[in-house]
Amino acid sequence: MTLPRWIYLPAAVGALFVVVPLVAVVAKVDWPQFWTLIGSESSRTALVLSLKTATASTLLCVVFGVPLALVLARNDGRAVRLMRSLLLLPLVLPPVVGGIALLYAFGRLGLIGQYLDAAGIRIAFTTTAVVLAQTFVSLPFLVIAMEGAARTAGSDYDVVAATLGARPTTVWWRVSLPLLAPGLASGAVLAFARSLGEFGATLTFAGSREGVTRTLPLEIYLQRETDADAAVALSVLLVAVAAVVVFGLGARRLRSGSMT
Amino acid sequence: MTDLHLRAVVERRGVDVEFDVAAGEVLALLGPNGAGKTTALHVIAGLLRPDRGVVRLGERVLTDTDAGVFVATHARRVGLLLQEALLFPHLSVAANVAFAPRSGHGKRPRREARAAAARWLAQVDAADLADRKPRELSGGQAQRVALARALAAEPLVLLLDEPLTGLDVNAATAMRKVLRDTLTRDGRSAVLITHDLVDVLTLADRVAILEAGRVVECGTTAAVLAAPRSHFGARFAGVNLVSGTAGPDGTLTTEWGASWHGTAAADVVAGRPAVAVFRPSAVAVYRDKPHGSPRNTVELVVAELDTSGAAIRVRSDRQPDGAPGLAADITAESVAELGLAPGERVYFSVKAQEISVHPAVTARGEAPT
Amino acid sequence: MPKSSSLPLALAAVLLLGLVGCSSSQEESQNTITVFAAASLKDSFTEIGERFKTDNPDASVEFNFAGSSDLVTQLVQGAGADVFAPADTNNMVKAEQADLVDGEPVNFASNVLTIVTAPGNPKQIASFADLTKPDVSVVVCAAQVPCGSATEKIEAATGTQLNPVSEESSVTDVLNKVTSGQADAGVVYVTDARAAGDDVAAVEIAESGAAVNTYPIAVLKDAPQKDLAKKFVETVTGEYGQKVLSEAGFGKP
Repeated sequence: MTLPRWIYLPAAVGALFVVVPLVAVVAKVDWPQFWTLIGSESSRTALVLSLKTATASTLLCVVFGVPLALVLARNDGRAVRLMRSLLLLPLVLPPVVGGIALLYAFGRLGLIGQYLDAAGIRIAFTTTAVVLAQTFVSLPFLVIAMEGAARTAGSDYDVVAATLGARPTTVWWRVSLPLLAPGLASGAVLAFARSLGEFGATLTFAGSREGVTRTLPLEIYLQRETDADAAVALSVLLVAVAAVVVFGLGARRLRSGSMT
Repeated sequence: MTDLHLRAVVERRGVDVEFDVAAGEVLALLGPNGAGKTTALHVIAGLLRPDRGVVRLGERVLTDTDAGVFVATHARRVGLLLQEALLFPHLSVAANVAFAPRSGHGKRPRREARAAAARWLAQVDAADLADRKPRELSGGQAQRVALARALAAEPLVLLLDEPLTGLDVNAATAMRKVLRDTLTRDGRSAVLITHDLVDVLTLADRVAILEAGRVVECGTTAAVLAAPRSHFGARFAGVNLVSGTAGPDGTLTTEWGASWHGTAAADVVAGRPAVAVFRPSAVAVYRDKPHGSPRNTVELVVAELDTSGAAIRVRSDRQPDGAPGLAADITAESVAELGLAPGERVYFSVKAQEISVHPAVTARGEAPT
Repeated sequence: MPKSSSLPLALAAVLLLGLVGCSSSQEESQNTITVFAAASLKDSFTEIGERFKTDNPDASVEFNFAGSSDLVTQLVQGAGADVFAPADTNNMVKAEQADLVDGEPVNFASNVLTIVTAPGNPKQIASFADLTKPDVSVVVCAAQVPCGSATEKIEAATGTQLNPVSEESSVTDVLNKVTSGQADAGVVYVTDARAAGDDVAAVEIAESGAAVNTYPIAVLKDAPQKDLAKKFVETVTGEYGQKVLSEAGFGKP
């Protein structure tokens, strides 16, 4: 399809708007010092912590998000519509507010947290809290990506598999899930990228402590107080890691978005 | 070999049907769109719960609303073949056919399942497609593979919902042959929804016609096509049908007072509902009211002209009771000579010996005794 | 045909940018000064600002309260302001090194650290050393921010090594962790404790004198309203300003 030529102008503006700040950050890096700046122990610890927690939260998103997405896709009705609107909440909430909400739920005096605390389970200030904060903000990404894929796929294949004698669980593992694999891949990549960059909710809910809760974004936030060069270098590192994930694993799926 | 009994009422779709399929028999389900044919199939397959009804397959009761019985689809041993092949896109053809032997009914170890799949593929003339992916197949090839896949589950009854409708003529012919071979060889019961006369002639033993959610006619293929008693049946078989009440000596009086004279069948009872049936080729068309003796003359308005083989089929507006208009097959020269066109007033005339009068059908679809 | 339809779009873009530019320059033309001040000065400076407006009827003050290092970054990147009042001398030095300061900065207040706990002090914390008790979860500022480096000084002075559950980047976050019940204790400024009122119980640190935070204030070189800016500084360092600061808990400079 040939696009009208004037469409390229706003498209170019949009692209530049995203690219120019990134280029500015990269241009400001003190390149001779780059490896020293990102090689410090606190930086490496933060990077490893970020990767570990983002992976864990993505797994949680998949384990809980895929069934949720399928339930939403296969059912209609007021309860489902309500659930879908609620799922948008973490997307529109400022992450700091999300962190406060998590505190009210799982903090020491929280709705659920007070019982956990009585049982000796402490969540605040632990790496668990970081994973929870990331899962909270990333889950909607995965669910929305998957629900779209599930609705497109429809339930016809599941019906056919049932007539062939396959029990519902077998249908799930051999038919429904494989057909959703592309949607799952793109949803997981989105969730991972979001988790990697998560900051506000983590800071408010989990705190900031090297090796335990200070992920790379939190480390950057701290470094910029005293060492702006280090903050910039670490930012470039974060962008590079995200780029590796997105382009390496996801871009193909994100671009095609097809089922086959 | 298993027989099938269906009785189902689905109120929100306006369906109230009942029919049987004997062991080893193929029943064709005909009817206008929306008549409830697919609904009936869905009830048999367990995809739809009727408000009231029973589905019995051989000795097993699959659905019984009174007793609260409802067996899940995957346990029914009912095969389903739809207009779209719906082959699993992420599996190869062989893996598709092996799906039931591996994961469904009749689960077997992998190697046996593969062997079974190969056998079924050979039986549908698709052995050479085994390693292809579904997206590489043509419509006809995909349907054959879908049939093999359904058969590999060894269903007790096969439900076919217009499986040939989406195929081109050549593919349809090939598929029809495969279906005929399979159904004949295995002696499997089947219910076939189709719009195609050739399908009915080559595949079906009996025919049931559904109109507005009810079975209006039911009988052997030969009987229904030769002497249809329902409007859809008549249209399908390509004959004319007028409804009314039987009078003495092969007469029929319509509810709007027109009178037809023909040859009565043995089971006609005077005073009971009856139908008068005659072929379009037996109809003569006049511009002006014909003089002389012919009875069975009626004034009509031309609705459409169509080709029918080498002749032109002149079809009139609907009859006063809403039934399809009458059809007359005449030569193209006659059409030109008479100056026929939609909207023109004409006279149809039929000889008495070309008209046969039969008893009309009851709700259950069988002729009254 | 396609080329001409991109023209209205370009015009619209230019107009939009122009509108944005217009509004900001309008405010500066009045007698308004812009003061960049540390977040801990918010309540005090707002009150002082009211007095400033009374004393100078045609003038008004716009405040930008934020973390001191954020403020310096903004100033270095070209944000326009008249007065700069960070929470520590380090950040003022950064501003001086960037050649942004006019003349000499003046110290106008000081702040020391204190311990805050839940109301009623349930964990019975009486001294800085008590913060190392095993059942006490304590939150402090990270070393890279002024209150964090002050905390480190007190650690050195008392010979205790704290094991905090979190090191926050702002004092407000430390306070919030205590008021929301997440942590048992936090090390914040005296001014923060006083502002929190009954939400916390404050425990004095005997050795707080080891880490006194001095607050400087200066007029900026590129200040559009230099005279008014100087008057504001005088209000801060004058009798009224000092009284307000002292009531908030600040110490003498």
